[in-house]
Amino acid sequence: MSEAGRISIAILAMGGQGGGVLADWIVLLAERQGWAAQSTSVPGVAQRTGATIYYIETAPLRGDLAPVLALMPTPGDVDCVIAAELMEAGRSVLRGLVTPDRTTLIASTHRSPAIVEKQAPGDGIGDPDVVVAATDFAARRVIAFDMERMAKSQGSVISAAMLGALAAADVLPFPREAFEATIRAGGTGGEPSLRAFAAAFAQAKAKPIEPPPGHPRKRFVAWPTASGHVELDRLGARIGQFPIEAQSMIAIGARKLADYLDAAYVGEYLDRLSALAERDRASGGVQRGFAFTVAAAKYLAGAMAYDDLPRVADLKLRSSRQARVRREVGASDDAIVTTTEYFHPRVDELCATLPKKLGLWIEARPRLIEWMRGIVDRGRRISPNTISGYLMLAFVAHWGLKRRGSLRHAREMAHIEAWLQSALAAFAVQYELGVAVLGCRRLIKGYSDTHARGVSKFDRVTSALPQLKARDDGAAWLDRLTRAALADEKGAALDGVLKTIATL
Amino acid sequence: MAERSFAREVEDLKLGAGDVFRGEGILAITKALLQSGVAYVAGYQGSPISHLMDVLADAKDVLSELGVHFETSASEATAAATLSASVMYPLRGAVTWKSTAGTNVAADALSNLASGGVTGGAMIIIGEDYGEGSSIMQERTHAYALKSQIWLLDPRPNLPTLVRMVEQGFELSEASNTPVMLEVRIRTCHVHGQFVCKDNRRPEFTLRAALENPVRDVNRIVLPPASFLHEKEKIEKRMPAAIEFVKSRKLNELMGPAEGDVGVVTLGGLYNTTLRALEYLGLADAYGATRVPLYVLNIAYPLIEDELVAFCRDKRAVLIVEEGAPDYIERDLHAILRRRDIATRISGKDVLPMGGEYTSQVMIKGVQAFLSRHARDLLGNGPPAPDPSSVLSDPRVKALAAVVPARPPGFCIGCPERPIFAAMKLVEDELGLHHISADIGCHLFSILPPFNIGATTMGYGLGPASASAFNVPSGKRSISILGDGGFWHNGLASSIGNAVFNKHDGVTLIVDNYYSAATGGQDIPSSRALNPRRKTNNSIVEAVRGVGARWVRQIDRTYDVAGMRALLLEALTTKAEGPKIIVASSECMLNKQRRLRPAIAKAITAGERVVKEKFGVDPDICTGDHACIRLSGCPSLSVQHTDDPLRDDPIAAIDESCVGCGNCGEVAEAAALCPSFYRAETIHNPSVFDRWLHRLRAAVIDWLEMRRTRRRVRLAGADA
Repeated sequence: MSEAGRISIAILAMGGQGGGVLADWIVLLAERQGWAAQSTSVPGVAQRTGATIYYIETAPLRGDLAPVLALMPTPGDVDCVIAAELMEAGRSVLRGLVTPDRTTLIASTHRSPAIVEKQAPGDGIGDPDVVVAATDFAARRVIAFDMERMAKSQGSVISAAMLGALAAADVLPFPREAFEATIRAGGTGGEPSLRAFAAAFAQAKAKPIEPPPGHPRKRFVAWPTASGHVELDRLGARIGQFPIEAQSMIAIGARKLADYLDAAYVGEYLDRLSALAERDRASGGVQRGFAFTVAAAKYLAGAMAYDDLPRVADLKLRSSRQARVRREVGASDDAIVTTTEYFHPRVDELCATLPKKLGLWIEARPRLIEWMRGIVDRGRRISPNTISGYLMLAFVAHWGLKRRGSLRHAREMAHIEAWLQSALAAFAVQYELGVAVLGCRRLIKGYSDTHARGVSKFDRVTSALPQLKARDDGAAWLDRLTRAALADEKGAALDGVLKTIATL
Repeated sequence: MAERSFAREVEDLKLGAGDVFRGEGILAITKALLQSGVAYVAGYQGSPISHLMDVLADAKDVLSELGVHFETSASEATAAATLSASVMYPLRGAVTWKSTAGTNVAADALSNLASGGVTGGAMIIIGEDYGEGSSIMQERTHAYALKSQIWLLDPRPNLPTLVRMVEQGFELSEASNTPVMLEVRIRTCHVHGQFVCKDNRRPEFTLRAALENPVRDVNRIVLPPASFLHEKEKIEKRMPAAIEFVKSRKLNELMGPAEGDVGVVTLGGLYNTTLRALEYLGLADAYGATRVPLYVLNIAYPLIEDELVAFCRDKRAVLIVEEGAPDYIERDLHAILRRRDIATRISGKDVLPMGGEYTSQVMIKGVQAFLSRHARDLLGNGPPAPDPSSVLSDPRVKALAAVVPARPPGFCIGCPERPIFAAMKLVEDELGLHHISADIGCHLFSILPPFNIGATTMGYGLGPASASAFNVPSGKRSISILGDGGFWHNGLASSIGNAVFNKHDGVTLIVDNYYSAATGGQDIPSSRALNPRRKTNNSIVEAVRGVGARWVRQIDRTYDVAGMRALLLEALTTKAEGPKIIVASSECMLNKQRRLRPAIAKAITAGERVVKEKFGVDPDICTGDHACIRLSGCPSLSVQHTDDPLRDDPIAAIDESCVGCGNCGEVAEAAALCPSFYRAETIHNPSVFDRWLHRLRAAVIDWLEMRRTRRRVRLAGADA
């Protein structure tokens, strides 16, 4: 509070979050308490999805004299900042609005990623811990929890929860009842708003700080013991012979491949892995937590379960999926939910699923391919909830059971072989470099063009291996290359790092 | 205004004498117009003055009761020309627009209006879109006031002053036969405050009376020799009359002590920030009592020389607070004092920045620099001014810069323009990059991530016009974009007519979303809604054909990405001569949802059969490459970290805000992306037939699925 008893509040919100409603509530509240209050904002085109600041000043009247109130926050002179999202809280600190001598920071810790974070081909999401460190340091007091989720659980919107947190923060010298009366007088929202207000008020009093919701914990499901299925139990026993550090990852990989194809395919996976684990053990894997084996278990499973249409068809048909979709759309019990799937199979993919020889034969005939393109290459929408749609997808899924003989399979296996050989060669030079080569496989994902782009990035990253093998910090450079490859679509960042390596 | 109601704000316009108005600055101005007895109001919508137009568009009963004519002008030029009703007749009229963009468009009419002069009060409410939050070029409207001799009012940003300035502005206009501009900045338009109302007034003279008793005075027409007379009259009669009026009404304000070594001259609009800076320096209190003399210019033009001289004469130095370039007032003051040999030092842009918004931080620094140069004794009493620099230099805070993302505005959820630009990006993948001229409107968000499409913008409705030079034989055609708003504003003649006449070879894409969407969803001639007071449903396709375009295609569902792409490809490769025009039409989703959402909720509650669509992503099929996001940018399409130990990267996810527009599926299909997208159709309150069909299908499919699964390995917990 300033010496004159003036209180300043800045609200940082995104378009559509109700920042304006919150500002109106605060102004109305202050006016109903006989104070002068003013709010303003610069919504401009940010009314859509951009970030916006609403600014409120309120001060007691001095006789007939009204205070002269400012139209924008002054960094270093803000009593309370209300941020409707975690990164917006960070932005308020960056703008100097949060200072240790003055500012109570009320922040919702949920994330609504910005487009620059979402569009990266890898993980472009900003690190929440950096924000928490900065807000803890910069604010006099922090009230931070997931107000978005809290408001939703009460059937309301975040602005009501933020008003509850503000009431609990004792920034404004008005009683709780005055806040609630304001919501009622405002007319909008009504009961759900009051519930969200009350919940946030209680949380802000009882446990004002909760860490931002982190990533979900990785879910390791063990291989079933004594399933009664002879072959599965035999595979379980084989997994048990691997180093204990790697077993949970191997179990997950094995599960995926059993689900992808069959038990024999899991056997192939374990065969490959045991050769790698042997080398790991011989190279001092014990001291390194068998990092090489763990990485191999993780990325080999992904590589062997390559994405193809039969896999997609199989997943789309499962009854568990139907239940998940119902949950997601929030359908009531008597509502009927059906889905439409968007496919765009292309000749290249069709060819790849054919028996190897046939596929190659077609591929060698461009005119035939051109002709087939006219028939095959278009978008298809299929509903697995109709009988014809189901049968079509079931046929495709069934086709997948024969994928071992396909052209695609031969290519994938060859790629895996080359990749593992190159990992082993790097491993022979340096343990960490071997692990890093396994990690490069992360670049290959997706279907059609996406898959092709991934393979090309993989090739560009691994092209630096000859140089990196000669360096002690080769593994760190390879990791850097992999991360750079995931920073943008075309690989501009990757080119940059490759150039740097060339000059090392 | 089609889909949003301003009924509550309209109630505020009905307040009578003694009632307290509570609300936004721009609405207070609207109310003040009615209190001033205007006969007509017109304008062109745009931030920050849109609400003036929106509220009056909804206020038919108030306006007809008062006998006020209101219209939505086709452009700012139309709005300015509308003021000619006040040339011959004692009619008060007001028009409004966003400036300087709008004033540029209006300039022709403004010059003519100012030359001949007015009989009735003529006021232009200028939304000065300058500084933070602005969406246009950074210029001052001041220049127009000076060159055309239109008085410029720049009131202190509080509601009572705004209202008083509207009322007295009309009187000033009439007393000096000169139109006036009331300049209000972005924050002032949106400032919430209160004022005590007066009753609304019916216009003393009516438009009808004028029509029935026409007056003609050839001396008011801008033609020689009258135009030379006007120039003389401006200087010899109108200017002195205005100065006399401003002086006698004390429209500019003196505050603080009568004497002092130094003083500050500030524009009214910057008064609050100036005062706050003085407060921080310990030289004013929070209620406006200042120890430094202030001269507040609520009238930015004309300057009242006597008042300025009296204020400056006995002071050592005076600071001019004037935002933006160039420093018109500072230069004038130099000349005024020099002519009188007054030695007072003038400070302004030497201590304050030439460009950029005068925030309180900027003002603290400027005033501090001024005082330390000219009145050091005044500094040093106050508490230290707010200064966040120690916080900002901490490494923990500096680290934020790399983490906090920019958050530019983008297309709304379900926006029909998104698939247009997705298709365009796919076309560029195929044919390479093209020169693309963009225009003004929501579609301009295409220049930002993820689309990164568009090279220049040259003004509203001028997208295709700005590609005019690129009409030479070439391996690639230019592409230009034009919104429906820009099309009717200026585009039909300046862009389309021009391209047809000059046989331009380029491709023009007209984005038709049924509204002037970027300014708030106002109706325009091609709006599809029936508006009882306007003639809507005028076809853009017919209009372009009418000016002679021959290669014209319309697509009536922009979400058809494949169709959109095919059309663009055809336009870019056809042998046809002349402009290739594509009209891409789909309703603005923001406005569509305003109408549909309550209707659907009502229907579901009433037990009617309703099919709702929403998109989803299968988490086990999505591979986390986010190619779909790079072709979308939809706020409801986001990313999510997964609990799958085999995956590193977050996968795509669609939240509950999805409106089921179809873009995700169509893009995945057209670009052959991954098949993880699905559309879920939920039938609420299904019919008996729905239930029967669903049960039949489910029975067959469940049986088939059981047989299918039996043959495969399934581990418990694999499907969760």
